[in-house]
Amino acid sequence: MKLLVNFSRGKGRKPIIAQVVRDTGVLINVERAVIDSSEGEALIDVPDDQCQLVRNSMTSLGARVRMLEHGIHFNEQECVDCGACISICPNEVFSFTPDWKLALAEERCVLCGKCIEACPHQALMLPL
Amino acid sequence: MHKTIDQINERIRDGSARVVTAEEMPAIVAELGETGALKEVDVVTTGTFGAMCSSGAFFNFGHADPPIRMERIWLNNVEAYGGLAAVDTYIGATQQSDTREDQYGGAHVMEDLVAGKTIELRASSRGTDCYPRRTITTELLLEDLNQAIMCNPRNAYQRYNAAINTTDRVLHTYMGTLLPNCGNVTFSGSGGLNPISNDPKFRLIGSGVPIFLCGAPGMVIGEGTQHSPAGGFGTLMVTGDMKKMSPDYLAAATMYGYGVTLYVGLGIPLPVLDLDVVRATAVRDEDISVDMIDYGVPSRSRPLIRKVTYAELRSGSVEVNGEIVRTSSLSSYRRARAVAQELADWIKKGSMTLSLPTRPIDATRQVKPMHQTSKGPRVMDIMDRQIVSISESEEIKTAAQKLLKGETNHLPVINGEGTLVGIVTTFDVSKAVANPGKAKLVRDIMKKKVVTTTIDEAVDIAVHKLEKFNISALPVVDAEHHVIGMLTAINLGKLFGGRWLK
Ligand code: SF4
Ligand code: SF4
Repeated sequence: MKLLVNFSRGKGRKPIIAQVVRDTGVLINVERAVIDSSEGEALIDVPDDQCQLVRNSMTSLGARVRMLEHGIHFNEQECVDCGACISICPNEVFSFTPDWKLALAEERCVLCGKCIEACPHQALMLPL
Repeated sequence: MHKTIDQINERIRDGSARVVTAEEMPAIVAELGETGALKEVDVVTTGTFGAMCSSGAFFNFGHADPPIRMERIWLNNVEAYGGLAAVDTYIGATQQSDTREDQYGGAHVMEDLVAGKTIELRASSRGTDCYPRRTITTELLLEDLNQAIMCNPRNAYQRYNAAINTTDRVLHTYMGTLLPNCGNVTFSGSGGLNPISNDPKFRLIGSGVPIFLCGAPGMVIGEGTQHSPAGGFGTLMVTGDMKKMSPDYLAAATMYGYGVTLYVGLGIPLPVLDLDVVRATAVRDEDISVDMIDYGVPSRSRPLIRKVTYAELRSGSVEVNGEIVRTSSLSSYRRARAVAQELADWIKKGSMTLSLPTRPIDATRQVKPMHQTSKGPRVMDIMDRQIVSISESEEIKTAAQKLLKGETNHLPVINGEGTLVGIVTTFDVSKAVANPGKAKLVRDIMKKKVVTTTIDEAVDIAVHKLEKFNISALPVVDAEHHVIGMLTAINLGKLFGGRWLK
């Protein structure tokens, strides 16, 4: 399960992810993180059965946590199966079927957003 | 042995013609041999579906009461050409909306009309004795127009160069998003399915030949603009009735950072008259190669990285300088196949017969570059030759003094060998003075990533760099990376009132 974690970094600068790993013993896979001096956003992947545990632990440390059940939103109606997105995605979410239809491996998506601009037909969007 | 066009049309009419797509043809020739294939196959259909910017449509709206002679015309806020007779116009695919910029354009107007949506027509006029009306606003459907004739000056490019980017920043081009440091390769075209690649000598494709255009029957008008078949870049001018088109084969698009374009589905049926046609239509993706070009160089002659075939490009990755780089197609092979297939179905059903060109297309032409009467300004024409630079091992205080004395805001930083290694600005120095910390020397505060220009670079390109990186000066360097001048926003002032803006 993927979780999107937002936290602000106060004076103490607590390493929140490391703290949660220590407290819960759950191994967290950080797929993407943008952290500046005042706030941070991280996309993490945790085993489904330990999701709630991690979530509670993060929330208690003052972070906002949102479960992401979906990867990139794909509007098949707009897609022309060109493949412009294929080489852009760092996680190889996109590929062609043998008859040149676009296929998505949504579970690999880390919602980095890089493919959105690359699609000439506006068929890709971040999920709301 | 050979067949005549009449024999082939007769078979189409009585339903006995054997019609295959260009994708199937190589295997048929391999199995039956050339003579066997000539006997067996009557028609080979081709197809392509990709971005074709040089597309558009003529509309006739009919007369209003009182009538208007439209001079300026907008369709859903996209301006259309007003230089034709009273209620005629031409809308170009790449024209952008006045209100929605690159999110909506001429291509979207065409797409919406074909999809059965309403379009708002707005027009204005000076008013004349015969056409007194000055403005009009009305809502129209495709069926309300007297004519909607798609007429595309340049379609069906025989092949197109593949694109790569050797610079260290992302480029947004008409070839899509190009990742930095050769991070991906983009290409366009249907390769062995492309109409002209199956008739590179233009024996069968020429004026009057029937085609599939965006789902409607259409026709080749003649050679397209920028037609350059001598180098393998033939193009076609084509037309078709928009009222019969299908949204499956016409799609508006926005290339991020570039603009609006139209994806057009186009196919041409080729009569298999003789062995030459058999050989030409046996072409495969492997046989068609294109140049892989570095789009990081903003000039007309961009450097060639390597040659690459459509088979390699379509495989998903290619080798570039020993590394495997992923490829992306911008055109849709799936829809190109669908075009060739649907066209084959039309012919099998007898709803389209074939003709030979009424006027041939020249297969030997070579396109010329623009005749430029003035070269346009180069960096050397306006750059500052007085350079104040500083060594990386000097103190920050010295930099501050130099900035003050030199009346400049930028100091190029050089190393012991005199080559450029960084740049410091008044801002960097003030920041270091205001927050005294560990930084003592110029090298501690300089920016190491310097955007540069050269003396023979066009000023427009240098200006593009200034804007793109939001900076106000570019060191001018020679081949050894020695600073030989500076180009700042102040130098650009020389352009105004100067001889370049005649
Ligand atoms: S959002 Fe990022 S990871 Fe997800 S599909 Fe797009 S490019 Fe790939
Ligand atoms: S770039 Fe867009 S239109 Fe092309 S295959 Fe990907 S999602 Fe579809």
